[in-house]
Amino acid sequence: MAFDYEKWLRPNKLPHIWCPGCGHGIVMKGLIRAMETLKLEKENTTIVSGIGCASRLPGYIDCCTLHTAHGRAAAFATGVKMAKPEMNVILVGGDGDGTAIGGNHFIHACRRNIDMTYIIMNNYIYGMTGGQFSPCTPTGHKASTTPYGNPDPGFDIAKLAIGAGATFVARGTAFHANQIDKLITEAIQHKGFSVVEILDDCPTTYGRRNKFKSVIEMMNRLKEVAVPVKAAEKMTAEQLQGKVLTGVLYKEEKAHYTDEYAKVIERAKAAK
Amino acid sequence: MEKKLPKIEIIEKYCKGCHICVEFCPTKVLEMQGFVAAVKNLEACIKCMQCELRCPDFAIKVITE
Ligand SMILES: Cc1ncc(C[n+]2csc(CCOP(=O)(O)OP(=O)(O)O)c2C)c(N)n1
Ligand code: SF4
Ligand code: SF4
Ligand code: SF4
Ligand SMILES: [Mg+2]
Repeated sequence: MAFDYEKWLRPNKLPHIWCPGCGHGIVMKGLIRAMETLKLEKENTTIVSGIGCASRLPGYIDCCTLHTAHGRAAAFATGVKMAKPEMNVILVGGDGDGTAIGGNHFIHACRRNIDMTYIIMNNYIYGMTGGQFSPCTPTGHKASTTPYGNPDPGFDIAKLAIGAGATFVARGTAFHANQIDKLITEAIQHKGFSVVEILDDCPTTYGRRNKFKSVIEMMNRLKEVAVPVKAAEKMTAEQLQGKVLTGVLYKEEKAHYTDEYAKVIERAKAAK
Repeated sequence: MEKKLPKIEIIEKYCKGCHICVEFCPTKVLEMQGFVAAVKNLEACIKCMQCELRCPDFAIKVITE
């Protein structure tokens, strides 16, 4: 049966601003399906974003939303979660927002293991501002600021998150649309800081420069490079060359921040 | 027994003509008509829902009941 997205959308906000074929819309639909699966309510769910095309997402969804400053979603979201620990807090944004200007907030939210979910739409570029390279642009690829090819290696967001202390890390792609809601559902259910990276496409500022003839070619590339973690176990290092693992990459049960902070409050009260 | 066909609704004012639904339909049910997607061969639809899932623009619905 057709899924009823309207329930979660703000009336008269469609069509959204994203370009034809931009994967951000596919990710937004996955998030809505996850919220429906988990029976979240509009009053107990806050979606927080920074700035960028990806960060426009909260504007379309009818629940508590915060569209903040570039790179600062994690800081604002932390404030919401500390003030209202029972709130489901979901952060959304792009690779630029999250790993360049917001990289510091990102690693510290991971380190604190604060119980929030961060959905990062990685299209390897600053889409909104015309295609400058981001810390996720792969080596050799072209951006408006690297017309002769990017000399830098790109971040592996999942590894960065695991290294910084996130306790749930998953990766999907905009092509594998029916997996997106499942990963986000599991991430929201997880107690602690969960990161879901979705490999995304920006046909407008990344695709054109990097010789993708169409969004279909970009989708096909996502299809080709993605290897589910289970399948990867049976593959050789050679076969995994150039591939990207998808699915739940890391999961750990660990004390999380708002619980620990409540204990600090108790200790402070007892000390009086 | 006669196969029950779904109803495929394309919301033209939302469709941005990206071709995603057309290209990845496993049974070639859809086609582009000018700038928007359209149903070409409903009989072939296997109700896999992939077009609805992948449309970035909430522009296609597969109604099965
Ligand atoms: C403090 C500040 N610096 C720079 C900008 C300009 N700016 C707006 S969006 C953006 C990059 C967004 O890239 P990303 O987060 O990857 O999102 P995308 O547009 O690719 O979805 C930049 C640099 C800004 N808005 N504020
Ligand atoms: S510029 Fe890129 S990221 Fe921004 S809406 Fe267009 S396709 Fe999407
Ligand atoms: S439901 Fe599947 S078979 Fe039917 S039109 Fe959509 S993609 Fe094609
Ligand atoms: S996927 Fe959606 S927006 Fe793209 S052509 Fe099909 S109906 Fe139109
Ligand atoms: Mg980006």
